Amino acid sequence: MQTFDLEAQGLRNLNAALQSQSKDTNQTAWEIVNAKGSHAIAVGLDAPIEVTVKGSTGYYCAGMNKQATVRVHGSAGPGVAENMMSGMVIIDGDASQYAGATANGGTLVIKGNASSRCGISMKGVDIVVHGNVGHMSAFMAQSGNLVVCGDAGDALGDSIYEARLFVRGSVKSLGADCIEKEMRPEHIEILKDLLERGECDAKPEEFKRYGSARKLYNFDIDNAY
Amino acid sequence: MCGIVGLFLKDTSLEPKLGQMLTDMLITMTDRGPDSAGIAIYGTEHKGKVKLTVQSDHPDRDFEGLDKDMHNALGGDVTVRVKDTHAVIEIDTAWAAAGRTVLADLRPDVRIMSTGDSLEIYKEVGLPKNVAARFDISSMTGSHGIGHTRMATESAVTTMGAHPFNTGRDQCLVHNGSLSNHASLRRKLRKAGMHIETENDTEVGAAYLTWKMQNGATLGQALESSLDDLDGFFTFVVGTKDGFGVVRDPIACKPAVMAETDQYVAFGSEYRALVNLPGIEHARVWEPEPSTVYFWSHNSAPTATEKAA
Repeated sequence: MQTFDLEAQGLRNLNAALQSQSKDTNQTAWEIVNAKGSHAIAVGLDAPIEVTVKGSTGYYCAGMNKQATVRVHGSAGPGVAENMMSGMVIIDGDASQYAGATANGGTLVIKGNASSRCGISMKGVDIVVHGNVGHMSAFMAQSGNLVVCGDAGDALGDSIYEARLFVRGSVKSLGADCIEKEMRPEHIEILKDLLERGECDAKPEEFKRYGSARKLYNFDIDNAY
Repeated sequence: MCGIVGLFLKDTSLEPKLGQMLTDMLITMTDRGPDSAGIAIYGTEHKGKVKLTVQSDHPDRDFEGLDKDMHNALGGDVTVRVKDTHAVIEIDTAWAAAGRTVLADLRPDVRIMSTGDSLEIYKEVGLPKNVAARFDISSMTGSHGIGHTRMATESAVTTMGAHPFNTGRDQCLVHNGSLSNHASLRRKLRKAGMHIETENDTEVGAAYLTWKMQNGATLGQALESSLDDLDGFFTFVVGTKDGFGVVRDPIACKPAVMAETDQYVAFGSEYRALVNLPGIEHARVWEPEPSTVYFWSHNSAPTATEKAA
């Protein structure tokens, strides 16, 4: 286990050390202490390492992540896991606005609530939120899955292209071109897997599915789920 | 950007440390805006007296003999406490309006930062650490306070464009965001008789709240109607004699984090601003919801003004 004191050693040294790990590194476990809400912690990683952040983080934690597993023992500021490509990011507390924005792949798990614009312009990421999500979540979502075990705020899935939105609780309002869709057996299977990966014990049968009515954009049948 | 902080103490034993805690919070927010900084402190109140906190670019000239000159014009006790470019003038409450008029005659270059029983506002161009040091904010005692560090977008970097803005007696406002309808609203408010000093958008927001309250609204009602009448982005933190409030516009893209313990309620643009507060690791930490007015008051039986908020 490598322990890194962010306050003493500094952010640039931290990210340089983490980014320089190769895919067969033997330094696979990292612990970051004294995070104190700092910005851009553990960004641009590209190795199968496990990074644990003790405490809450500021803007853009785990942005652009590839392969790595980043767990935050606290809450995350705006833009956590923004543009993630692969790997896993787990937030034990809450996440601020635009969590998982534009992310292409990987899994983002938020154990608490996510704020506004969760999964905005998501492009393939799987996001599992144990609590609620704020307004404009999955705005212009293009691909991937957003699972909300609690409630969704206003304008869920506004101007959505293709992405599956699963919500267990209430939806305050649906955004333009977002509609409730039938929950077929294959969706139950997909959701079961997502909930398992998201360390969540909710039952897939309790969820409703939402997605694009495909009226707002020039629909290509090859994009369809 | 801009950075905002606020601290409302429930535990009176922390009051001697208010200035120090707020200063520390504001300095942490320096990279959100290096143009100017300001702090409003609700400190000691002297019964029957009102405080005018004033500023001059020529403090040696303007504050020399000011107590005597104002005493001669008003005919009662006047005390003047000079702090760098600012001075706190204390006069009998009954002379609050007369004092302002007399001051404008005696010292035309002096600008009024705030009027209040307990409120003092200090603000200048520069970094939070320098501004706080000039006025020795760290040594100040108080029950609550708010602070702001500015990255100017809508108007010039000047002392008068710095926050907090005094919106009415013992009321003040700080703002992160930008108002897009401030020009038309300024014209409307000036026609309605409101005095608006600068071309700054936040001052219009402050004047709007004052105008609403002068027309019978409570602070809470004024903040609620600001959600309809102000166009643009805003996270506002407001201070009153007894408490402080928070409101965010419906889009809520300007950040806000709050923390509450048995000892205090704290506000920061970022969580970083809160990390050195006592017991923060066990505090309830959350993001204020959009379009929602939050308010905390020291009064166990709040007045109507606070209650509606």
